[in-house]
Amino acid sequence: MSIIDAVLGDFFWRALIGGLGVALVAGPLGCFVVWRRLAYFGDTLAHSALLGIALSFLISVPLNLAVIITCVVIALALVLLSRTRALSTDTLLGILAHSALAIGLVTLSFMPEVRVDLTGLLFGDLLAMSRQDLLWIYGGAAVVLTLLAVLWRGLLMSTIHEELARVEGVPVERLRLALMLMFSLVIAVAMKIVGVLLITALLVIPAATARRLAKNPEHMMALAVVFGFIAVAGGLSMSWYLDSPAGPSVVVTAFLSFLLVYGAARKSSH
Amino acid sequence: MTEALANLEGVTVQFDDRLVVNRVSLTVHRGDIITIIGPNGAGKTTLIKTVLGLQRATSGKVSRAPGLVTGYVPQHLTLEATLPLSVRRFMLLSGKPLADCEAALARTGVSHLLEASVHHLSGGEKQRLLLARALVRKPDLLVLDEPAQGVDINGQAALYELIRELRDELHCGVIMISHDLHLVMAATDKVICLNQHVCCSGYPADISHDPAFIETFGHQVAESLAVYHHHHNHQHNLHGDVVAGTGHQGACNHEHH
Repeated sequence: MSIIDAVLGDFFWRALIGGLGVALVAGPLGCFVVWRRLAYFGDTLAHSALLGIALSFLISVPLNLAVIITCVVIALALVLLSRTRALSTDTLLGILAHSALAIGLVTLSFMPEVRVDLTGLLFGDLLAMSRQDLLWIYGGAAVVLTLLAVLWRGLLMSTIHEELARVEGVPVERLRLALMLMFSLVIAVAMKIVGVLLITALLVIPAATARRLAKNPEHMMALAVVFGFIAVAGGLSMSWYLDSPAGPSVVVTAFLSFLLVYGAARKSSH
Repeated sequence: MTEALANLEGVTVQFDDRLVVNRVSLTVHRGDIITIIGPNGAGKTTLIKTVLGLQRATSGKVSRAPGLVTGYVPQHLTLEATLPLSVRRFMLLSGKPLADCEAALARTGVSHLLEASVHHLSGGEKQRLLLARALVRKPDLLVLDEPAQGVDINGQAALYELIRELRDELHCGVIMISHDLHLVMAATDKVICLNQHVCCSGYPADISHDPAFIETFGHQVAESLAVYHHHHNHQHNLHGDVVAGTGHQGACNHEHH
């Protein structure tokens, strides 16, 4: 008990445990981001998280809940709007991503009584992680990993070939919604670690690094988790020793391991 | 009377204001091989997607036998380069046991590729993999969208032969789209010539004389098909010769009696 208390009482350990929890889900979901080309989509959801934060202060609901709900609503809006085919998806994403971010920032500025650490929200405030945050992270991770395990075959099948999956009776649309829900959840919990502007990096970079070494989808997910761990641990150490901001340091570490793996693989393939 | 697997009645599909499929009726029975031919943009793919239930009909009636298991061989398997996938894993995603998957791969002649990456397969190998993937589900209805794409001409004849054998083994219905008119004519029971609406349909031997067919494909194609079909009636099982004959229409004519 006292050991646990000692560990959780230390902000560095809390940050590390929280960061590892986020990497645990960011890896598998990041693979889907890479496979389904959802990087920009992830960005849009992450940006809209800031709108969620502003709303949570405005109507005083719990922050995480507000973020999740906002992300889900934006995700649904995206799906519906992209069906009308009036604008191409990337234009639509560009509009929604930055509008959501801007509206969030403007709304926050109208509430001078609310003191928020904007830099922390945008770039992460890993070292300010509370025990409650840890609860959210591991709770969210448990939900997402369980959902992934249960829906795995259908999700993978509809990623490989949507129509083939549909013919085989996979509920493609419902799975798409489930995936969006999972994204929203992960963004809500990962926001603490790297901030809304850098979340997509934590999803995409470890997964992309894993791709170079993976032979099958499950293998890629496991490796993405490992590279996520490395990024979090490396980033925190970097932040500790160099006094650099934690969130960006995590992303820099992820990027370095990406360069290393691709560089090494390139050399070995020649 | 054989069992009807899927039935379209006066089906129309419209995208915005563009009429893609215009009042088409067709029935696939168990044991049928129906081939849909037609020029580009004739609505062939849309039509089979309607049969599969992937495309909603704007009007008309679509019905499928209850509990129908469909095997679908899509036009392409375009896999994201970022998604690592082996043939084994892809087959296992059908939810069938490995032994069944291996048997299906063996049946389509690609069992040696079990451990290969799907990314490294050739066009022909991919088609055979997709066919095996459809096969492992033991379908009642097999739907193929240009199954011979990217397959060399000898392979095409073999592939159509395989489809016919599978029809007999599984006792399923087959509906497919094809551009390989000569080969299709040899391996099919019924041809539907589609150009938004059904131009003409019937047995391969008859259809090439149909004025609507000649109007759609031109005299040259129609004549070459008639000639070819004659050729085939006399010389079964010589697919190499048949295929060579299609490239040398003149020589083919001369050989005839």
